Parts: sequence; structure tokens; C-alpha cells
Amino acid sequence: MTVSVQTDAAGGEALRPHAEHAFADELKALAAADDRPRPARWKLSPWAVSTYLLGGTLPDGTLITPKYVGPRRLVEVAVTTLATDRALLLLGVPGTAKTWVSEHLAAAVSGDSTLLVQGTAGTPEEAVRYGWNYAQLLAQGPSREALVPSPVMRAMAEGMTARVEELTRIPADVQDALITILSEKTLPVPELGQEVQAVRGFNLVATANDRDRGVNELSSALRRRFNTVVLPLPATPEAEVDIVSRRVAQIGRSLDLPPAPDGMTEIRRVVTVFRELRDGITTDGRTKLKSPSGTLSTAEAISVVTGGLALAAHFGDGVLRPGDVAAGIRGAVVRDPTADRVVWQEYVETVVRERDGWKDFYRACREAAE
Amino acid sequence: MTPRAGGATAPGGPLLLGVRHHGPGSARAVLAALESVRPGAVLVEGPPEGDALLPLAAHSRMRPPVALLAHAVDDPGRAAFWPMADFSPEWVAIRWASAHGVPVRFVDLPAAHSLALTEQREGGPGEGRGMDPIGILAGTAGYDDPERWWEDVVEHRATGGQPADPCAPFAALAEAMTALREAYGDGGHPQDAVREACMRLQLRAARKEFGDDIAVVCGAWHVPALTARTTVAADRALLKGMPKVKTELTWVPWTHRRLARYSGYGAGIESPGWYGHLFAAPDRPVERWMTKVAGLLRDTDRTVSSADVIEAVRLAGTLAALRGRPAVGLDEATDAVRAVMCEGSDVPLALVRDRLVVGEILGEVPDTAPAVPLQRDLDRQQRTLRLRPEAEKRELELDLRKDTDAARSRLLHRLRLIGVHWGEPAAGRGSTGTFREAWRLHWDPELFVRIAEAGVWGTTVLGAATARAEADAVSASSLAGVTALAEQCLLAGLTEALPVVMRALADRAALDADAGHLADALPALARSLRYGDVRATDTTALGEVAVGLAERVCVGLPPACTGLDADAAEEARRRMDGVHIAIGLLATTVRAEGLPERWAGVLHKLSARDAVSGVIRGRATRLLLDDGRLAGSETARLMGLALSPAAAPAEAAAWIEGFVGGASGGGLLLVHDERLLGLVDTWLTGVPADTFADVLPLVRRTFSAYEPGVRRTLGELVRRGTGPGRAARDEGVAPAPGFGEGLDEERADAVVPVVRLLLGLDTPAERAVRG
Repeated sequence: MTVSVQTDAAGGEALRPHAEHAFADELKALAAADDRPRPARWKLSPWAVSTYLLGGTLPDGTLITPKYVGPRRLVEVAVTTLATDRALLLLGVPGTAKTWVSEHLAAAVSGDSTLLVQGTAGTPEEAVRYGWNYAQLLAQGPSREALVPSPVMRAMAEGMTARVEELTRIPADVQDALITILSEKTLPVPELGQEVQAVRGFNLVATANDRDRGVNELSSALRRRFNTVVLPLPATPEAEVDIVSRRVAQIGRSLDLPPAPDGMTEIRRVVTVFRELRDGITTDGRTKLKSPSGTLSTAEAISVVTGGLALAAHFGDGVLRPGDVAAGIRGAVVRDPTADRVVWQEYVETVVRERDGWKDFYRACREAAE
Repeated sequence: MTPRAGGATAPGGPLLLGVRHHGPGSARAVLAALESVRPGAVLVEGPPEGDALLPLAAHSRMRPPVALLAHAVDDPGRAAFWPMADFSPEWVAIRWASAHGVPVRFVDLPAAHSLALTEQREGGPGEGRGMDPIGILAGTAGYDDPERWWEDVVEHRATGGQPADPCAPFAALAEAMTALREAYGDGGHPQDAVREACMRLQLRAARKEFGDDIAVVCGAWHVPALTARTTVAADRALLKGMPKVKTELTWVPWTHRRLARYSGYGAGIESPGWYGHLFAAPDRPVERWMTKVAGLLRDTDRTVSSADVIEAVRLAGTLAALRGRPAVGLDEATDAVRAVMCEGSDVPLALVRDRLVVGEILGEVPDTAPAVPLQRDLDRQQRTLRLRPEAEKRELELDLRKDTDAARSRLLHRLRLIGVHWGEPAAGRGSTGTFREAWRLHWDPELFVRIAEAGVWGTTVLGAATARAEADAVSASSLAGVTALAEQCLLAGLTEALPVVMRALADRAALDADAGHLADALPALARSLRYGDVRATDTTALGEVAVGLAERVCVGLPPACTGLDADAAEEARRRMDGVHIAIGLLATTVRAEGLPERWAGVLHKLSARDAVSGVIRGRATRLLLDDGRLAGSETARLMGLALSPAAAPAEAAAWIEGFVGGASGGGLLLVHDERLLGLVDTWLTGVPADTFADVLPLVRRTFSAYEPGVRRTLGELVRRGTGPGRAARDEGVAPAPGFGEGLDEERADAVVPVVRLLLGLDTPAERAVRG
């Protein structure tokens, strides 16, 4: 059962401070410079919130660092949604900064990103509605004091932004509890004959994985309560190569893998293969491709390269070679044994075989397929 | 600073209405201005030769989008279009004038000159100048997108709440343009000076005729030039010595999709459907737009509730406020639709873009409009090819090796592509060679109408057929459709359309997950390659696509052949035959390294896999045997496995059907290879009595398809019996199992001349005929 525990991690004690603490200066400068109308109980105007996320320079010279690098359009739609009475659903494959964006949105809008429900298969209804302090419940019977509000209930009462992580992992019956909250903006407490009504300023940001849709598909009733924003994967190959190589270096250090020289060629290759199959088109834009059923997220590209590095370090000569990543790529691509295998074979035979400088990789792919 | 505001109802001057071509806000403003000022005559930017056609604009059968088309008489390919939609200010002005009985004229450089000046096709007197005036104004106002600035400042301003003085916006705009032209010069486009001189001269003439009570609708950029003080002599001097071609003009139907193209007015607007909506919606454009979108999505079985529509309107409004725009633009509307109605996905959004934002609207032109250049081009070709349009039906035999006949064939095929069915292909007399073609010709007066309709695609038969083929390729729904189109393109000699068609084909092939579709498409492609050969067209691209398709078939066919029922297996066998022949053809016509070997690998795999239906396994074995890729003993081993007692009798019968059934020569194989016949015989006699009744129909179907002679021989062979001793002797002695012992030298020699003739070993190379 989720009970919001207040910590005073405002200082530098916490391993990872909340957004509203880490960027307190920027938020303060923005609030000072912000002269646009603010919706009720918002700490900043919608314009200032999108500036906080996308970065910029204020009239007084304060530099706002970009928190999210991506299309401005998406951020604007997300912020605007919070100002209407629909909730916001952030979709995206793993590694597209959904949680990051939702935390910063809550921090900028309400100044508090801690009203959080972490969605799991075991999330109970109490996490969304309310629970009871059983000692008090037994001693005094149902009373307002014995009631333990959920983060969502607190957000409603205080006009704040609540967050739900991994919405699609939450069991369907618990998801349903959100429907009334989002459409009626009220949470009845029948035990007390009372209700908690949402005050202006309340809204909810949920995140979910859109490729493997989680265990519990959203019901259309719940879906209708959300405006959906799909966060895209890194826009350019360069950006993705950069992310992958940086993460691989970090993980490699923690696994005590020796750094591989010339690993960039293979990282670039892995990213190229992933992007091409994901987008269903080759980088030169000339050939269309079938897309496999797997996600092929940046996170998976990172694990393929890390696996390849381990192979090279322990069984090879320490140099990351095509053979070290081929099997990993194949494993990431072929999730469905029949359909995906055709996709992969077609890709190998029509794209990899023809490409200059990919002969070694082609051979490695053929071997991996045997 | 400015000499005088151009658009104001300045006393003693014509009313100058500067617009953006195809701007719905401009159109509304023009209408309001005309209604309030009620001028005595209207001048509209456009080629003056079109004056005679202006009355047609009021015709009841005239429905925009239409385009004024000017083309050079002796070169229909050189043409320019002035497209007009409902929401074009020019169209609004013309319609207003004809409704109020006010004279209306075009003012601009005559098309006779502009066509002579312009080199590129369909270039027309475009707006493509070195400097972008709107871009500069937008940049000054802090916008990075000039279109958006114009929409915010001009188009949207005018849609929401009419200004007190309907002419005021035009005055402000004229002032801005004047300032721009003072600061940045008159732009880099060489034709502009001439065009504006021309407009001035025509304006002067109109003022002489109608007095000063005149309204001029032209691109905003030209407004300052019309008020410039120049002398008649100076303007005349500019026009002196201009090249000239004989031109003709007519109205042609247009489409929204083509409005997006740069031509004539140089509009190149991206969202004609949205503009049309803005112009047509009486009020609350955003609400009406969202309702339209919801209706479209509901038609495609997506649930969109009224609550969604409300929410989308609110989101769009709030977004516009966040972005600091005065009204909801297409960007906001699209973002809201994506987030609220499409669950963040771009897939349904593409449908909205296609059907609503661009829109599928086809204009209409009355029959009384002059003939389109396409008709003239056809007339000319009919004369040069001596192929007269005749009302009675007649047959036409063409020999494609002759130049004239090849050109005739191409013309007929091209006409068929653009929907003018003058000739229908007929079965040739006896000859099946690819260099002969038979047609049944019949010219129906109805075809004149078809040609007029096809005028939208281009001004020459070649151009129209190319454009049509390209459009069809992009919109074709099935792989087989594109393959057929590729074939037609080759027949019609549309080399320019081929890359687009090939691209569409490659894309469809790549995305089509059904190996059956791919296999169906391959034979037609391989056939097309042969046509291309006969007609000497470049088929490299086609060859590449065909090889790519074959590769995909090789990858996709084996998984698609497992776990099929009897009917599906029969279908798969048919496909396999088609692919086999096609790959054989490909190997001889294009560079396809290793393709036959890979295909053989696929057949090997199929022949040995138990999960594959018997009929397919049998067929694969047979194809390998015929190609000499399978030794006789190996064939016998596979057959033995398939017919062994462990195999279900029905499955074994299917194997036999696949191996020796259907295609010709199946029976002869059994006649000549007694070892195989022996295996069949042994299996058949070993089938248990209770399953024999199930197997009988299958076996009967296989054997009843044979020719009577083959059946009799087989019967005789079986009656004589393939004794074990005989079989053993064959195995040991005869090099070719199944044939009689020893060699009859005399009879063998008698066959040799025929074999040599068949193989073409004696005949000179040039007499060898292909096909």
C-alpha cells in the first residue's frame, strides 16, 4: 500500500533530488519573469512551463536549460492539455523520457512532483483512492483521521498535479477507479458519507509504454479521459548513437568491461539497423522494409552493444566485431519466431548484403541464423 | 513616406485589392469590399486572352476547382495553368462580377508572351522571384514561417469579425508592400516588370472605357506597381519585341491535390481542403472542422464521442493562445486532433490529412468549353500514324518490329491508361509471339468527352498517360495492381513513369507480408521484362525490382507453405510453378547472381520438410528433378520416404499428385522411369483396404488428367509388371534407369537432326526468332 512519506530531501542529501529542488533557481526566475495569465493554482503560466521544459533565455538574462530535447509542438500540446480538464497520457517506448517529462511538468505546474502512484501489477485500489489506518479505524471507527489519502486524492483536494507511472501495468479494476475521478472530478468516501471534490488546478499525468502495451490495455472509457502525446525516439541517428555510446561506456565501467577500441563502427551499425527496421525504411530513404513486432528501443540497442562488448572481452580479442553484435541484434529483432524471422531474413538478404562495407556483418548474420 | 495607400477607396482612383492567391481570408475580404464599393468593372490578374472564356465561369455546370489553361497551339506540351478554387479571390471576384452583370477582364502579360518566354513546362508566369516579400514581412514581425504570419495577420483577421471598412485591410497591405518594394527593390523576377507594365496599360484602357469606378484583384505584391506613375510610352517600350507564340485557352477541371502544385498563380498551397472549409463555413470554423474530422474517423470505425470533439476544440483554442496566435490555425487543429481523437498516433491523422486537409474534390467544366490541347495532340498523332478514328469496328494487326506499328501500339496503350478506350486488345490470329499485337478499334463520340476529362492529367497523350500512371501507382491498393500497371507502362512506353511505378512496386513488395501476393506478382513482372526486351525499353529498374521480389519470395515462401489445407496447398503449388518459371526467365534476362541457386535451395527445403503439404513437397521434388538438380536415385529416395507406410495415404496421394499430376509430361515421366512407376505401384497396392476408398479419388484425379495414350502405356507397363529382377538389372546395367536395355543406334541417329534443329545449332543466328 502506498503511503506518501514526507522526507526532507530538499538539500543535497538525496541521491537524486526532485526536479523542483534541482531546478529551484530556474523555476524562481521563471515565476519572476512570467507576466502571462496563470490557470488557477498553477505556479507558472503555460508559456513559462513550456519554456521551462524546452529551455530558453529570460529577459533578465537567466538561462533556462532544456529539460526535454524534442519537438516543441509535443510539449505545447502536453502543457495545454494540463490547462484543460482532460488528463495527459504520455506514451512512448522505453527510453523516451516519459517519466522525466512528467516529473518536470508536475514540478513546473504545481511545484511538487511527489504526488506519484507507481503502477505495477500489484497496485491496489487504495493507491488511487484512499486507504485506512487500521489501528485508528479499529479504535475509533471510520473517521476522517483514520483515512489515509492517496496521492491522487491529495492532488484533488489541493488542486495539484498527480502522476501515475506505467498506467498500463495497473490491473484493469484499479484503472477503472480513475474514470470517476477524471470525469466527475470527485471521489466519494461512502464509509464517511463524504466526498472529496477536486479543486481547480487538479490534473493528472500518466505514462505508459506504447509498443508492448503493458499487461492491461487501457479501456476505451479511460482512454477517452486522456489526451495522448506520443514521445518519439531520438530524431537523428547521431543523437541516438551518442546516447547509446554514452550509456554503453557507463554500463561497461560498472561491469568492469575493458573499453573496446573502434567500438563506434559497431555501435553505429546497431543503431542503423535498429532505426531502419523501426522506421520501416532504409536510411537513404530508397527502400521500404517490414517492421518486426519487437520494440527495438534505444534501451535494447544499448543492451545489444553491451552484450557484444562482453562477448568480445571474454571470448574474443577485446575488439568489438560484427560477429559479437549479430546474434544480439537477431535476438532483439526476432521476437515472434515466424513473422519476425521473415522480416529479419528479408532485411539481411535485401539490405545488408548489398551495402558497402557490411560484408563481414552479412556473413556474421548468416552464421547467426544457422 | 508612401505615395498613397493603394487599396483605400481613394477618390479618383481604381480600387486595388491586393490578395494572396488562394487565400480564403483574402477571398472573403474581396467579396466584402466588392459588396460595399460595387464597382462598375472588375479586373482580375490573369492572361487577357482568357476574357472570351469568362462568361463560362457563370455557367451552371462550372464547378471549381477549375483551371484556366493556356497552351501553345503547335506544342501542346508547353502550357500554363491558372487554377481557381471556390476560395480563390480571383474566382470570387469573377463570380461576383458575372452575378451582378458587371464587366470583368483579365489583366496581365498575354499568355502568348509568357508561354514564349517560359522555358520550363508548366512553369507559367510563376511567383518564383529571388526575394520573398511575405517572408521579409513575417521576419520583421518575428515569425519564422511566412505562411503562418500571413494567415495570422491577413487571413484570420479577415475571417473573425469583419472590419468596419472592408477596404481598410487592403490599404494597410498595399502600404506594407509599397514600403517593402521601396526598401528591397522590385524583386528579382525578370518578368515582373513586363507583367506590371502590361497591367498598367490594361488598367489605363479600362479606365478610359469604364471610368475610375473599377476594382482590380491581383497579387498583393503588384499593387504598388499599379499606382506607380509611369508614362504610356515607357510601358509600351518594355513590351516591345517580346517573343510570341500562337496560344489557345480553355477551362479544364482541376483537383484539390493539384492545387498544391506550383503553376500559373504559383499558389502551391498545402491545405486546399482546410482553406475551402474556412471559406465555406458560415461561422465557428473550428467547431465545424472538428465535427467533420470526427465524422470521417467514425466512418472508418473509430469511436469518437461528442466529448472528444468538444475537448479537441478547447485544446486547439488553448494551444493557439499558448502560441500567441489570434485564431486557431491548421497546426493547432491538427495537434488537437492527434492528441484527442487519434490517441497520439499519426496513422489516422494521415487519413484526415488526405481526405480533409487536402481533400478529394474534382472540378467540372461545361461541355461548351473549347477543346483541350490533349485532343489536338491526339489529332496530330492520328495523322502522323495514319490511324483515323472511325466509327465502325475494325481489327488492326500490328508488327511491333516496325517503327510505325510500335508507335501505334504505344499510342493505343497510352490512351487506354488515361481511360480512352479507343482500341481493345484482341487475341491475335494464331500467333502468340510477343512482337505481334492485335487490336479491335472503335471510335465512339463519347471518347471526345473522355479526352476532355483526361485533360486534367496533361496536355499531351504521353504526358497525360505518364501523370495518370504515376498517380495510379501511388494510390494502387494491391501489389498485383501495381504489377499490372508496370506491365502497362512498358507496353505504353512510358519510361518516365517507370521509376515512380517501380518505387511503388518495391514499396508494396517490401510491406506486403503475404508471400502469396508476392508470388502472384512475380510472373507478370518477369513477363514484362520480356516485353521490354521486344520493345527496346530500358528495363534495368524493372529487373532490379523483379530480382528483389524474387528474393523476398525465396525468404517468405517456405514458412507460408506449412500447415495448409488441401485447397490452400493447391493454390501454393500453382504459385510455386509460376515463381519457378518466372525465376527461370529472370535468370536469362537480368543479372541475378545466385538467384536460381537460392530458389533451388528453397525447393530442397520444401521437398524435405514434413510440415509442408504433400502436393507441395511432390511438386518441389519434381521441379528439382526437371532442372537436373536432383539425381534420379535421390528422387527415388524422396519418393520412397513420401510413400512409405508411415505417411498417411491421403498425404502420399497428394505427393503423387504434386509430383506427376497437373502439368504436362507428368505421365510421361512415369512411362519412362520404371523405377518411379514401380514405387507408385508398390505403394498403391500396399494401401490398406479401409483407406483405399479415401485415396482413390485423389489418385484418380491425378491419372485421369493424362492423355489417353499415356494412360494406355502406363496400364500396359503395369500389367507387364515391373518385376524385381528387371528393376535390379536396370539399376546395375542401364545408365538411364527405366529405359529398355541396350541402345538402338539406328533409331537414336534418326532423332539427331530434329534435336539439332530444335536447339538451333544449324541455323544462322540472325534467323533465330525469339518469343
